[in-house]
Amino acid sequence: MSDQAIIRVLVTTEAIDVAVEQIALEQGGAVATFTGLVRADDGVATLELEHYPGATEAALTRLAEEAVERWSLSAASIIHRVGPMQPGERIVFTGAASAHRAAALEACAFLIDRLKTDAPFWKREVVGGEGRWVEARDSDDHAADRWR
Amino acid sequence: MQLLYFAWVRERIGLGAEEVDPPVTIATVADLIAWLSSRSDGHAAAFADPARLRAAIDQAFVPLDTSVVGAREVAIFPPVTGG
Repeated sequence: MSDQAIIRVLVTTEAIDVAVEQIALEQGGAVATFTGLVRADDGVATLELEHYPGATEAALTRLAEEAVERWSLSAASIIHRVGPMQPGERIVFTGAASAHRAAALEACAFLIDRLKTDAPFWKREVVGGEGRWVEARDSDDHAADRWR
Repeated sequence: MQLLYFAWVRERIGLGAEEVDPPVTIATVADLIAWLSSRSDGHAAAFADPARLRAAIDQAFVPLDTSVVGAREVAIFPPVTGG
């Protein structure tokens, strides 16, 4: 399966269309997806996402390729929004398609856990007109480490 | 050598990118950071605590003790917070 696996990686300022992304993954016997939404924690009005153009797409492609190889996926997708966004908007989407559910579910978790530590994105929250850079969390490192 | 800065590193320095020609004594990313600190008050502020910095050489993440010899592009930034 991995020989013809479909890898889709996109870094975009546009809204993420989960219906389109789901359909793009629908092959094999099982599709698992994760969608992350912007939280309104502590009165966050706007979330801004900065990234490292070129390096971001390369890092996401490497992750998707690793997932395809490790779980023999038929498809893997990673879509990440950048630029300004509001609470409730979709910020990230990962998806994996496989013959059976276990591989699809595990691969989907791998993609989002490792994306958090391996891809060059930075979040800046705007609260009450003041901007502040979000600090990295140790819990994200631990979540990513379980796949190493 | 092309340098790229992101997030609060970029903001403190006041630049997203700059071209530098480090002396031959600069062997690693950590050496480069120490050398860059003297370029301006902004550089000094951005690089005051190297433990809070991460780096990439030619678009691949590397530890700060990695050699910069032959590097074309070095990026310096805070720990990543995507997803």
